[in-house]
Amino acid sequence: MGMERVDKIINSDYELGFEIDIEEEKAPPGLSEETIKFISRKKGEPQWMLDLRLKAFHAWQKMEEPHWAKVTYPPIDYQSISYWAAPKKALESLDEVDPEILRAYEKLGIPLEEQKALAGVAVDAVLDSVSVKTTFVEELRKLGIIFCSISEAIRDYPDLIKKYMFSVVPMTDNFFAALNAAVFSDGTFVYIPKGVRCPMELSTYFRINAQNTGQFERTLIIADEGSYVSYNEGCSAPSRDENQLHAAVVELIAHRDAHINYSTIQNWYPGDSEGRGGIYNFVTKRGLCEGENSKITWTQVETGSLITWKYPSCILKGDNSVGEFYSVAITRLAQQADTGTKMIHIGKNTRSLIVSKGISAQKGQNTYRGLVKIHESAEGAKNFSECDSLLIGDRCGAHTFPYLESRSASAEIEHEATTSKISEEQLFYLRQRGIGEEDAVSMIVHGFCKDVLSKLPMEFAVEAKALLDLTLEGAVG
Amino acid sequence: MKKSMEIRDLHGEINGKEILKGIDLDLLEGKVHAVMGPNGAGKSTLSKAIVGHPDVEVTKGEIIYKGENIVGLEPEERALRGIFMAFQHPVEIPGVNNAYFLRTALNAKRKFLGLPPLNAAEFLRLLREKIRELGMKEEMIQRSLNEGFSGGEKKLNEILQMEILQPDFVILDEIDSGLDIDALKRVSDAVNKMRDGKRTFMIITHYRKILDYIEPDYVHILKGGQVLETGGIEIVDALEREGYKIFGEEQ
Repeated sequence: MGMERVDKIINSDYELGFEIDIEEEKAPPGLSEETIKFISRKKGEPQWMLDLRLKAFHAWQKMEEPHWAKVTYPPIDYQSISYWAAPKKALESLDEVDPEILRAYEKLGIPLEEQKALAGVAVDAVLDSVSVKTTFVEELRKLGIIFCSISEAIRDYPDLIKKYMFSVVPMTDNFFAALNAAVFSDGTFVYIPKGVRCPMELSTYFRINAQNTGQFERTLIIADEGSYVSYNEGCSAPSRDENQLHAAVVELIAHRDAHINYSTIQNWYPGDSEGRGGIYNFVTKRGLCEGENSKITWTQVETGSLITWKYPSCILKGDNSVGEFYSVAITRLAQQADTGTKMIHIGKNTRSLIVSKGISAQKGQNTYRGLVKIHESAEGAKNFSECDSLLIGDRCGAHTFPYLESRSASAEIEHEATTSKISEEQLFYLRQRGIGEEDAVSMIVHGFCKDVLSKLPMEFAVEAKALLDLTLEGAVG
Repeated sequence: MKKSMEIRDLHGEINGKEILKGIDLDLLEGKVHAVMGPNGAGKSTLSKAIVGHPDVEVTKGEIIYKGENIVGLEPEERALRGIFMAFQHPVEIPGVNNAYFLRTALNAKRKFLGLPPLNAAEFLRLLREKIRELGMKEEMIQRSLNEGFSGGEKKLNEILQMEILQPDFVILDEIDSGLDIDALKRVSDAVNKMRDGKRTFMIITHYRKILDYIEPDYVHILKGGQVLETGGIEIVDALEREGYKIFGEEQ
């Protein structure tokens, strides 16, 4: 979830220099200064934001799309993509929704009202969740917590935006981050004041209303000194989208003694068995442990998208700061995932932990790519990495590329990697006890992922488990 | 006497090589049958054929169990009908909680029998009782299935599963291998307690020792993929004295 359902791109010829009418509901395909001005105007942004977008755009024009990841896809024509569209007209009822999707909702145990919201069916304005949202936002405000869309934050909290946006992921960090900086649609902004412990999982309660984020999502979370926040992104319900290209950016900043937990469940449309129609997901996620004793934990369950290019990272700048990365990535059908993390140790006694579980089935290709970099200043730094791959069947693949760079003599780095097949013997053992083949595979996979799933907030973990089972259905044999 | 299982002219291959060359064997209800024989005689292949292991392809013959030919049934279908094998080398399954696994297996069986599933509390009560009886460490049920278990613990865990699932036909596949004398005694005691005049046991072993603890009613000698000899414990005595050569081959 976490996105806008937008209209299909209308096939119209794009002419250079074409003036876009502000009243238009969608931008014609193509990317130019005009497109960016149009987006910024539509969103009612201040001039300084538009200037930043244009700066990013000019930098992007000189950049080249990276191709070092172990994924292959046909060339992307950036001029054929539409970069802004008004939200899609609501459907009348669930009868208009793809039965495949409804079946998945059923399996995942998603309540009816929520199903409607997810599928884009018009919902009653007095729906519980709306008042629930208002109540919670009020409660959060009393604690000084800011939780709003990034567009609102640009209007209402320009000082925080100017100070922190692009401070962790510079606008020219990479090709896709620059593209996002130029055209980002919307996203989430969170600020937790000093010493405040956010009393609820952010976004779980709000997800029904968190759809208007679009294909170029941008998220910024700031945890001030001694604060704590747990943020959940996405959901297990399958998301279809006519927009094939997604390029999100997430920036996290943890000040002294602050702790940010960031959990993701990603289930974008993976395409069919030949990969047709699947989403390309190029994401830049990075957290800065700015202050002493700060901590950032990334947990992700990646089951969707045709192409995943994603490395949630931690810059461990503050002394004694801690970075953690827990990941389950499943590739099946014709999916390709190149995912992992970067742990950059700068401060003294900084610690990082990487637990990556890759599962491949059918024609899926799964790559773990991780960098552990220890600077000279990072005395006593420690890293432990564990990267395990599980293969189901013999047409899939698993690859591991760990990069280690250490300039500190006192650093300790440990790396463990395993690749295993679900063995005939394991399957047979469970079946000999009367457990059916599909349940047996599910049991083995859940066991394999346990160390990661146990890190998710409880409600999210339940969803993730149901999603694993749904994903594995028919992926065996 | 009532037959629990009737094996008729069973031929079986592993990787295209015929190992079982016409096994004929009656396994009687409530009795303990020991199956012995030199390496390569087909003992393990026979037990795999009975439980439906995918390595073994049955090319001819029948395995009649409770009046039904089970050749061609899936392994779980045979298990649900009451066939249980205690493995020689129980496989480790990381991250799968032992108690959770056992409850899933038991509830699969209860469903097959048309019984309601046991909830977590009911199951735990049953499990604790069995664990106490077996003298196992309670922490073993919260560990991952067989992971990091000692040889003895793995075998005891097999017996625990047998106690929970209450099968009608039990194969003990070299359950004695790698056990010290104390563990062997504990495993044997547990098996003896389950001899109730109804349940049938098939004990596959190389050594006489376990047969001192679990006294068989019948002993079958396998060689070259066929049953060469059937008798009582006295043929084991002959075997002890003379080795398998009295049946025509060195071990």
